[in-house]
Amino acid sequence: MTDSAAPSHSARDAPGLSELFVGFLGISLSGFGGVLPWARRMLVERRKWLNERDFAEALALCQFLPGPNIVNLSVIVGSRFRGVPGALAAFVGLVGAPLVIMMVCGALYARFGELETLRGALAGLAAGAAGLLIAMAAKMAMPLIRDGQAAPLLFALAGFVAVGLFRWPLYWVVLVLAPLSIAWCWWRPQ
Amino acid sequence: MNDNSALGAFTLHLALLSLVAVGGVNTIVPELHRQFVEVRGVLTEQQFADMFAIGQAAPGPNVLFVTLIGWHIAGFTGAVLAAVALCGPTCTIAYFVTRVWDKFRDAPWRVAIQAGLVPVTIGFIAASAFLIARAADQTVVAFAITAATAAVALWSRINPILALAAAAALGWAGLV
Repeated sequence: MTDSAAPSHSARDAPGLSELFVGFLGISLSGFGGVLPWARRMLVERRKWLNERDFAEALALCQFLPGPNIVNLSVIVGSRFRGVPGALAAFVGLVGAPLVIMMVCGALYARFGELETLRGALAGLAAGAAGLLIAMAAKMAMPLIRDGQAAPLLFALAGFVAVGLFRWPLYWVVLVLAPLSIAWCWWRPQ
Repeated sequence: MNDNSALGAFTLHLALLSLVAVGGVNTIVPELHRQFVEVRGVLTEQQFADMFAIGQAAPGPNVLFVTLIGWHIAGFTGAVLAAVALCGPTCTIAYFVTRVWDKFRDAPWRVAIQAGLVPVTIGFIAASAFLIARAADQTVVAFAITAATAAVALWSRINPILALAAAAALGWAGLV
């Protein structure tokens, strides 16, 4: 079952549970400011668990699914090689250490969050984080702008206004906006 | 007892929210903000922006910033529940869908769904940017940092984490 899902590997050279754990642990700890580029480097170039095409397809699936892409990727890769235990090993490898780091941050923040110097550093950091989000939205919007179609840009604008300015609950906005946008893509004028 | 029911509601809420996180955790930031800052008043504007920023700066998937909210509400248990609630449902879906992905990978409806979700995702990420910027950019310097970081991430090949480090250093020096 798992073998047929991983045509590029024989059962012998498929990674074991501990390898999956360590591999994804490495990805999570090297992934400062975005984990996906590191995932590619590790999975394709260094360990050769996936070839370029496998990786691109796994990534497309992650982007299709809801939830954090890299977390979904750990489950997909882990389960392909070792079923449910593999998925768990990869997931815990990816999330375990950062989770502990986050808890330490949480405890430090609760204790020292009001200290003058730390307040300053966090204020600078938050301003920078906002900038990264702006860049992310702009990068994603670029192809749509180049495409020259008005409708997708209007859907994006509607999402921004409804959720960012009007502060409407996200669920309702998704339930209305997503079907409209998908329907447009389905029947879009070619 | 009251704590337990609040924690249960928190967990359930995150689990549901993870299912509409169409473009990763950055798309649900506005809803997290609405819930925990505006409706329940568990966090202040500043705390929310701080936690988001720590999540961006720390190693690992940035989804984990939500565990900081969990930690704030209920310590260790809250943090673990937050991670499980946010990742569990979508991981389960990923596990099952990856088995049948080959069957519909090239189907026109799959392409339409994926393309259709892109504009929605962009709108939500822009809303996240707006909310974090509104909380963080209280001074001219902070505003300039936001603009400079966006420019670096958009038009240079410098690792964005260096821009974040520079922003934190400016703040540490008391300039923000």
